[in-house]
Amino acid sequence: MSLMEIKHLNKSFGGLSAVLDFDFHLDRKELVGLIGPNGAGKTTVFNLITGVYKPDSGSIMFNDKSIAGLAPYTICARGIARTFQNIRLFNNLSVLDNVKIAAHKDVPYGFLSTILRTPGFFKGEAQIEQDALRFLEIFKLDNKKNELAKNLPYGEQRRLEIARAMATKPTLLILDEPAAGMNPQETKELMELIKSIREDFDLTILLIEHDMSLVMGVCERIYVLDYGQIIAEGLPEEIRNNKEVIEAYLGEEVE
Amino acid sequence: MQKLKNNWLKFCGEVLILVALFTVVQYAITAGLLNQYYQINLTSMVINIILAVSLNLINGFTGQLSLGHAGFMAVGAYSAVIMTEMLMQPFAIGLLAACLAAAIAGFIIGVPTLRLKGDYLAIATLAFGEIIRVVLQNIDYVNGPAGVVGISKLTTWPLLFGAMILTILVVVNLINSSYGRAIVSVREDEVAAELMGINTTRYKVIAFVIGAMFAGLAGALYAHFFYIIKPETFNFLKSFDILVMVVLGGLGSTTGAIIAAMFITVLTAALQSFPAIRMILYALILIIVMIYRPQGLMGTKELSRETFGRIWGGRK
Repeated sequence: MSLMEIKHLNKSFGGLSAVLDFDFHLDRKELVGLIGPNGAGKTTVFNLITGVYKPDSGSIMFNDKSIAGLAPYTICARGIARTFQNIRLFNNLSVLDNVKIAAHKDVPYGFLSTILRTPGFFKGEAQIEQDALRFLEIFKLDNKKNELAKNLPYGEQRRLEIARAMATKPTLLILDEPAAGMNPQETKELMELIKSIREDFDLTILLIEHDMSLVMGVCERIYVLDYGQIIAEGLPEEIRNNKEVIEAYLGEEVE
Repeated sequence: MQKLKNNWLKFCGEVLILVALFTVVQYAITAGLLNQYYQINLTSMVINIILAVSLNLINGFTGQLSLGHAGFMAVGAYSAVIMTEMLMQPFAIGLLAACLAAAIAGFIIGVPTLRLKGDYLAIATLAFGEIIRVVLQNIDYVNGPAGVVGISKLTTWPLLFGAMILTILVVVNLINSSYGRAIVSVREDEVAAELMGINTTRYKVIAFVIGAMFAGLAGALYAHFFYIIKPETFNFLKSFDILVMVVLGGLGSTTGAIIAAMFITVLTAALQSFPAIRMILYALILIIVMIYRPQGLMGTKELSRETFGRIWGGRK
């Protein structure tokens, strides 16, 4: 069953086409990779899906509803969460607060009971805390809940970003280079983590990654983007042997 | 359960300390121990605390540099005076009108300007603050530039104290909640907040409106203590005064804002004996503090139950 359907998506920045006639679809519970050389427009696609940029033209359907051009927080409420290529945590807040903020869209108490500190407020806060701790446990960050996000080591910051995205309770999780800067061991652990949260939460996952071992290891289907256009789509083995893909990455063969 | 009981005991203790503080000052006033000079400074101090705490909600917690706080103070002062002096309503209605009018002004100014960021927002709010002042100068109903003179002195210590506690309580309760975390996330990373489901514009406007509302309350209290208000009182220098308190205390620390407001009030009063070099000393002290504590006196830290517990308990 189709979860996301993108048709003829276009976006250009001052004459430069970053994304050109982009067609794409995602089935429920799929794990799909989006790869391509630097500057191919992968992050732009993510920014268009999540509402950071408004598309020039084209349609993005999510759960059979159009989300093209909606505000990012509305798209988040519809069930899409993401991480960032260059980590964007709330640096001066604690690890726990980072995750709690992601739960705010379902805040269980009202503004007035916040000011008046009604019993409902304390009950709601306890529930938020419990939920947040559950996510920190899954990502093995519960022993660092009171540390400031900026003081975490790099790998843990990456994990916290995923934990925070998961706390918005998405149906589609978008990961922008989750393994960037990680060593092979960390990458392997990340792969296991991605697989396990996908099972536990019935997630659909879309990821950009340069680390081919991760892409080939976890993705069921791969799209290859070059100069804003899809140049190939298929199973990992098909992509590995696709001539156009090899050319895009390594250049054309000399006659 | 034990923890809950402990918290309850601590809460009662805190209320007791506040009641004691209130009673001591009240006694000093009625017994004539505080002369006019001290009463004026005490009132300024409380009004400055309200202004600094409310501006800190906008500048410190939400991270939106607003330079128009005196404008909202003016809206509150004039609304209250119109109610009490012109329309002969009781002071309670004047205070309510002040809060309401300032909140509405905050909303009207906030919605268009909060789309702007950083320097642009600062300039826009500065301009709006000045517009409020110039508009007041041109309304004959409130005597234009001459202002209103002979306002009855209705601001009493219980009112001041109550207003101060109300301001602090609302801001602290708001910040320590999911709504508060949403507000702080706007300061930390607006794009990330938006993508985590926070309607950032909404929370910026909420913070701005609440901040403006308490500035209006401060304005009303000010007008009914100092006998006279004129548009010139609420110029951009007044806005800067409040900003100085917030930055000095530490952006994003309510305790810092309170301490800095007290410090600046005392400093201003103390320097009045040296009129010639007053502003030089004032500036020098600020420069020195900023060199050695660039994050402000408190940074983003708060004095809370836990801090006091650590100080008194020795260890935890």
